[in-house]
Amino acid sequence: MTDSQSSVLDRTAERLAAATPVPLARKVRGLSDKGLAWLFITPTMLLLLAINIFPLIWAIYLSFTNYRANRPNEIVKNVGLSNYQRILGDQDIWIAMQATAHFVFWTIALQTLIGFTLAYLIDRKFRGHAFWTTVILVPMMLSPAVVGNFWRFLYQPQIGLFAYAVSFFTGISPTEIEMLSNVHLAPWAIIIVDTWMWTPYVMLICLAGLRSIPDYIYEAAEVDRASHWRQLWSITLPMALPFIMLAVLFRGIENFKMFDMVNLLTGGGPGSTTEVASITLKREAFEKWRTGYSSAFAIILFVAVFGLANIYVKVLNRVKNR
Amino acid sequence: MSAAAHSVVEPGLTSKRVAGAIVILYAVITMVPLFWIFATSFKTPPDSIAYPPKILFEPSIEGYCNLFTTRTRQTAEYIASLPPATSFCDETTRKRNMVIAGQSNFLPRFVNSLIIAFGSTFCAVFLGTLAAYGFSRFKVPLADDLLFFILSTRMMPPIAVAIPIYLMYRELGLSDTALGMILLYTAVNVSLAVWLLKGFIDEIPREYEEAAMIDGYTRMGAFFKVVLPQATTGIAATAIFCLIFAWNEYAFAALLTSGTAQTAPPFIPTIIGEGGQDWPAVAAGTTIFLVPILVFTILLRKQLLRGITFGAVRK
Repeated sequence: MTDSQSSVLDRTAERLAAATPVPLARKVRGLSDKGLAWLFITPTMLLLLAINIFPLIWAIYLSFTNYRANRPNEIVKNVGLSNYQRILGDQDIWIAMQATAHFVFWTIALQTLIGFTLAYLIDRKFRGHAFWTTVILVPMMLSPAVVGNFWRFLYQPQIGLFAYAVSFFTGISPTEIEMLSNVHLAPWAIIIVDTWMWTPYVMLICLAGLRSIPDYIYEAAEVDRASHWRQLWSITLPMALPFIMLAVLFRGIENFKMFDMVNLLTGGGPGSTTEVASITLKREAFEKWRTGYSSAFAIILFVAVFGLANIYVKVLNRVKNR
Repeated sequence: MSAAAHSVVEPGLTSKRVAGAIVILYAVITMVPLFWIFATSFKTPPDSIAYPPKILFEPSIEGYCNLFTTRTRQTAEYIASLPPATSFCDETTRKRNMVIAGQSNFLPRFVNSLIIAFGSTFCAVFLGTLAAYGFSRFKVPLADDLLFFILSTRMMPPIAVAIPIYLMYRELGLSDTALGMILLYTAVNVSLAVWLLKGFIDEIPREYEEAAMIDGYTRMGAFFKVVLPQATTGIAATAIFCLIFAWNEYAFAALLTSGTAQTAPPFIPTIIGEGGQDWPAVAAGTTIFLVPILVFTILLRKQLLRGITFGAVRK
């Protein structure tokens, strides 16, 4: 609809609204609105109830049993809270949580640092910045599974491009750069791929933050002869902070759930050095078939993520209200 | 704002050049793995595992041949007894002492990806548009709670959802079916669709519909004649985001499909040749799989920020 049309509509609406007696207008506008609202919203709610809530309730039920999905005919026993108790005492689970924490911490630290720096540089608005921004954004749109799988090839000790590049710059023999089978390097192998994929995500949100800072604040700072560093610390960072925090929370939730890329790159190995929570969950549920036990772990993870989501919504609202 | 005032904060030429150089360097480095996928797809298997890695090589479509076919090893005598090769793929395969035995599973898996991605996108956008309009225009009791509930379904780790879904689908006979995957992806995507579309519909002035309704349209009529045409851009952007999610999804597909409904992401890593992974074929499959996303990313670049933050940040 063009502007002239819409302004005609606006004017018509105003005139009619002024001319129409109020009760009649309300009647016309409010006609079966309530029914329509439910008609529009109910299908979505029903689908989410069927595909998300019903299975969740089922999982809660299973978490109190010793059910095993590969033995459907066995008698299911109610075991009370023992699954939960065992999880809290399970050494493997704690190792998995440590691996997850290491992964989440370093990916967020690197992505925030690199992402903000890139956004800051792009905001210098050099020639061609729009084009290069689009180029940088490409990795985050790709399938983490399909691309993660290909990184396995890049990480091959001798023939892989990554090992070759590292040995080219450091002089270390390319056969010794075993990114995926060395227990010290594997956790970094997944951090590198995740940082490669998701730095653009943090960058894009930071860029929106930087662009939301009005020019006049910098102008005032220039008048006061504040140095560039001073401007960065006192204006840019504090004003972009809500955006940075938003990016951190989104990445935190996503990486806490991380499965696809790690599953294809290392499968949790070597040993369990890269066994993040989702990988443990998959092993328990779909390899060991301890359905009841893994359901309990899933519920614990869900409660943890839900807690983060709550924080996220609170931060989101605070960002909005500023 | 006057030009003079603006020049105060305009970065200097040197600072611009340095910033540009660093950003371009990063962009080039970040493109190397993607370039390598593309290059490897045109290498022969021996070239792909050469040391040092070959940057210059004679391009070959052997990877693409291997991606679409299955091959069996034969004796030299048997191959010599065959009629002359009819295609390039035939010829390259025979040079490796093999003959093409049939079609590989790549094409059916790729078609599954298309069916499931488009099917679930259509359903999610359809349901999402209705619900978003409902939340945007009507006073829904507990609207904020319902919206948060819709979003929170997205917060669950996929494996946690997959355990009960696996059992439920087994009971319902939906395991390894396109319908089951479409339902699941629709449920995951509808949360994104509702949040994004609510943002887009909120931006359409209510007065348009009210004017249309005074002109004699019903609420439903105003929705179709006024709101939908205004929301086209938003609906298109939302659809592309849903499409990309469904296209890229791996965890559910790997756990809930194994054969007839398997999509490309769990299939591509399983492509093996003789003596390990057939990297040129994997690269060929990856390239074919990624190209649509590249196109969509370029189309979407203006809406990207909104899509990845569930509409929380708008430019």
